[in-house]
Amino acid sequence: MNPIYLEIAVVVLGLLLLAAESFAGPGRKSGIAHPAITGLILVFVATFWIDPLAMDVTAPYARFYSADFLAVFFKQLALLSTIVVLIMAQEYAPVVEASLPSSRRGAGLGEFYALPVFTCAGLMWMASAVDFVLIFVSLELVTISFYILVSYMRQDRGSLEAGVKFLVLGALSTGFLIYGITWIYGVTGQTNLHAIAAVIPALKHAAAPALLFGLGLVLVSLGFKVAAVPFQFWVPDVYQGAPTPITAFLSVASKAAGFVVLLRVLQAFVVVPYLQEKIMLLMAILAGITMVFGNLAAIPQSNLKRLLAYSSVAHAGYLLLGVASLGAPFAGMAVLFYLGAYLIMTLLAFLIMAVVSKTVGGDDIADFNGLNQRAPHLAFAMLLAMASLAGVPLTVGFLGKLFIFEAAFQQGHFVLIALGIVTVASGFYYYLKVVRAMYWQQPADPEAPEIPVGVAARLTIAILCALTIWLGVYPAPLLSLIR
Amino acid sequence: MSPLLSLILIPLVTAAFCMAGSAPRRISLFGAGANLLLTLYLLASYNLEIGGYQFVGGRLLAPFYGLAFSLGADGLSMVMLLLTTLVTLAAVWVTPPINRYAGMFYACLLLISAGAIGAFVSTDLFFFYAFHELALVPTFLLIGIWGSGERQRIAWKVTIYLATGSFVLLLGLIGIWLAVPAGLRTLDMRILQQLGVAGILSPGPAVYLLLLAGFGSLIALFPLHSWAPEAYASAPAPAAMLHAGVLKKFGLYGLLRLAVPIFPEEIQQFAGLLLILLLGNIIYVGFVTIAQKRLDLMLGYSSVMHMGYAFLGLVALNQIGLAGMSLMIVAHGLTIAALFALCGEIGSRWGTLEFAKLGGLAAGAPKLGLLFGFAAMASIGLPGFLSFPSEVLIFFGAFAQGVTGGFNIYQTSVAFALWGVVISAIYMLRAYRRIFWGGRGVAAVDGVGDVSCAVRWAVILLLAALLVTGFRPALLLDYINPVFDYFAP
Repeated sequence: MNPIYLEIAVVVLGLLLLAAESFAGPGRKSGIAHPAITGLILVFVATFWIDPLAMDVTAPYARFYSADFLAVFFKQLALLSTIVVLIMAQEYAPVVEASLPSSRRGAGLGEFYALPVFTCAGLMWMASAVDFVLIFVSLELVTISFYILVSYMRQDRGSLEAGVKFLVLGALSTGFLIYGITWIYGVTGQTNLHAIAAVIPALKHAAAPALLFGLGLVLVSLGFKVAAVPFQFWVPDVYQGAPTPITAFLSVASKAAGFVVLLRVLQAFVVVPYLQEKIMLLMAILAGITMVFGNLAAIPQSNLKRLLAYSSVAHAGYLLLGVASLGAPFAGMAVLFYLGAYLIMTLLAFLIMAVVSKTVGGDDIADFNGLNQRAPHLAFAMLLAMASLAGVPLTVGFLGKLFIFEAAFQQGHFVLIALGIVTVASGFYYYLKVVRAMYWQQPADPEAPEIPVGVAARLTIAILCALTIWLGVYPAPLLSLIR
Repeated sequence: MSPLLSLILIPLVTAAFCMAGSAPRRISLFGAGANLLLTLYLLASYNLEIGGYQFVGGRLLAPFYGLAFSLGADGLSMVMLLLTTLVTLAAVWVTPPINRYAGMFYACLLLISAGAIGAFVSTDLFFFYAFHELALVPTFLLIGIWGSGERQRIAWKVTIYLATGSFVLLLGLIGIWLAVPAGLRTLDMRILQQLGVAGILSPGPAVYLLLLAGFGSLIALFPLHSWAPEAYASAPAPAAMLHAGVLKKFGLYGLLRLAVPIFPEEIQQFAGLLLILLLGNIIYVGFVTIAQKRLDLMLGYSSVMHMGYAFLGLVALNQIGLAGMSLMIVAHGLTIAALFALCGEIGSRWGTLEFAKLGGLAAGAPKLGLLFGFAAMASIGLPGFLSFPSEVLIFFGAFAQGVTGGFNIYQTSVAFALWGVVISAIYMLRAYRRIFWGGRGVAAVDGVGDVSCAVRWAVILLLAALLVTGFRPALLLDYINPVFDYFAP
């Protein structure tokens, strides 16, 4: 099957959902979540029949669009995270509804389910983009739908504040990106990454500063997307303010897409040694400061969303460490494996958080006090997520870190590894804070009612838990997906 | 599949039952007992004439990395299994009634046991490491939920300490793996050992130091020991028994498994450093132990102190010393488990462990006094208990090292280390006197009664094992000696 039909299917699904949403009665708009989830699951299943070789490489669109294994893997990640985010959104709907203007209550939820589908299409295009033009367009599709989603809870100050911050900084990063692309185009005369890679070796040495400047600007913009230090400052506020499912979406899918673009762009530029040296040094420095800052800043957090925001910065650091070690044989695979692992455990953590905070009414760590007594299964699932995020062996998060550190070891990044060890230890500290709250503290109200969990959410939690352990012991299936 | 898999699965399944169902105590006693019997059966059916790794089985998991779930046990693993299952049964047995989440308490104990067993029978480097880490999580929960004193701060400290140590260790393991010549690259520890003995695999001093720091912080090598006494003092008695008795021994086992065959030159190169550190364990921590005013802290420090002897066996690097170190692992594991069991009993009956408040307990509780006396003698290393042959072998081994070169650092260190026996006699006998003899302390009220039936039999089980192997160490040495045949003169 030709891979371009995947995105077309997702966009058509989104349009149909919007149409259905506008014809549905005011009380029934949230019903469109089911066809959205079902449709995306069908597309997800279809990705396994994609034959990257079936694409016609002479077709005009092949200049922009590539469907290699990397792209297919990221499409699967994007689809999977969108599906889980929609399930999470269903769980979280009452909270969103409560913060909509009262006249529109129950009527305004339709777009909350339809917009992530468009974001998903953008992410899938990003995975395939091999031309700066398509990179830019798909990135904007993703970002603009996120602007709306982040500030969706219109009567919630936090959500609005997050939306404005995200808008301003997103626009700024877009500016960097487009300006960088212009410089690169000015030097090379190309926007296609393959063509750029072909042109660079023939360039005069004098063109190098301009090229590096352009690339630097692009990297700044990507730094915003993947939340690398020092471009991370929007992360905590936006993550905290946005509706929880959207936060999960931002931290997983947006980061994954940022990394696929980063991998592709770097691939085009490391073709000559003097560029490669500089880029890898830059990546190593970024990795170091991101790991240290993300982990240290997470330690004092008392709000779980903010904690996960900084942890998302920290994980970007480990991923960058993998990117900085790309010279090692399995480094690319290590980065992809880490992204897959990160997706599973982060979605699990956010899903439980969405379920719990809907009932408890807050997402401070203190709100999880004594969760073990109220909902032992949820507490255990959260324990798994935290253990995996911290990197306890026999969970998928540990294997991710192991592969990354191994690649770094082979590349001789010993300083970074030492930093990594220290930061992993501090990671244990703040992730276990959540475990402590759930298992050691007494609940604020011992007679609190049970926490209701929907069937789909229950099933998803179970699947994600199983994946966390199963892939942590037997990583071969995920590794074979990455190839 | 290997019968060793059932040794891992029995505690795991039992733990699952404990979490889910009622009567966790009965179920876990049954599981721990079944595991001990199975281990005895395997010990009997291990073929000593063939030796080497037996009961092997496995399955390849990730072809890229050569990652496989493979099990196998040689003489050393078999002895470790015996230690683990004995202490597990005793720990489950002495567990007092738990009023909060009893099922989870027993499940945590069994998980530690399963993790330790898994580490001792894994022949794959990854699972060797991962099983040990698996056992650290329940340790954290046990101290954090059911501990005493400043349990949360201490659980925290222990976790950070051990997690950091583990990651340093992990780096060392990666270093070993990367040093294997590319065509032979494998995670199979059996092959790694053979390559090391053959001299093909030599990762260099940096990796050895990583390994030493990693394992060292898990074993509480001076000066990385500060987590241990507090942790054991705060942990509930069964958890302290399992951790000090079994899980901490993972580090020593790992050194025997990896450092000895792969890094013989480095061990000798850094022998001076290690000798100074282990004397820190024996002498410095020994004096700290004497100064303790509470029984639980004193036992915690004493367990740190005894690790010095084990390192002395390592640094001796000959068959006598290494065999002594292996015996030491078992002897210390059984002894400290018995002592922590009795310590927990004293604490729960008289409500305090401070020497100043206790005293004259033997009048009301003669059986408890007798058992404690035996355990204290075992800890000091009196002949008749396994501790004695193990210490003798270690001292002989270390003294024999480089004996032609006059009175060298090894012999000097042995001369200092021998004082450790005196030091441990001082603190143990003083503790024994202050708790059980002399005038009555304020806490020693009448009518408390003697040691409970469960604790009595569990401790008798441990002491009996110590006595039987103490009178006939060949029972264990027959298994252990062939492992270090490559050091035979």
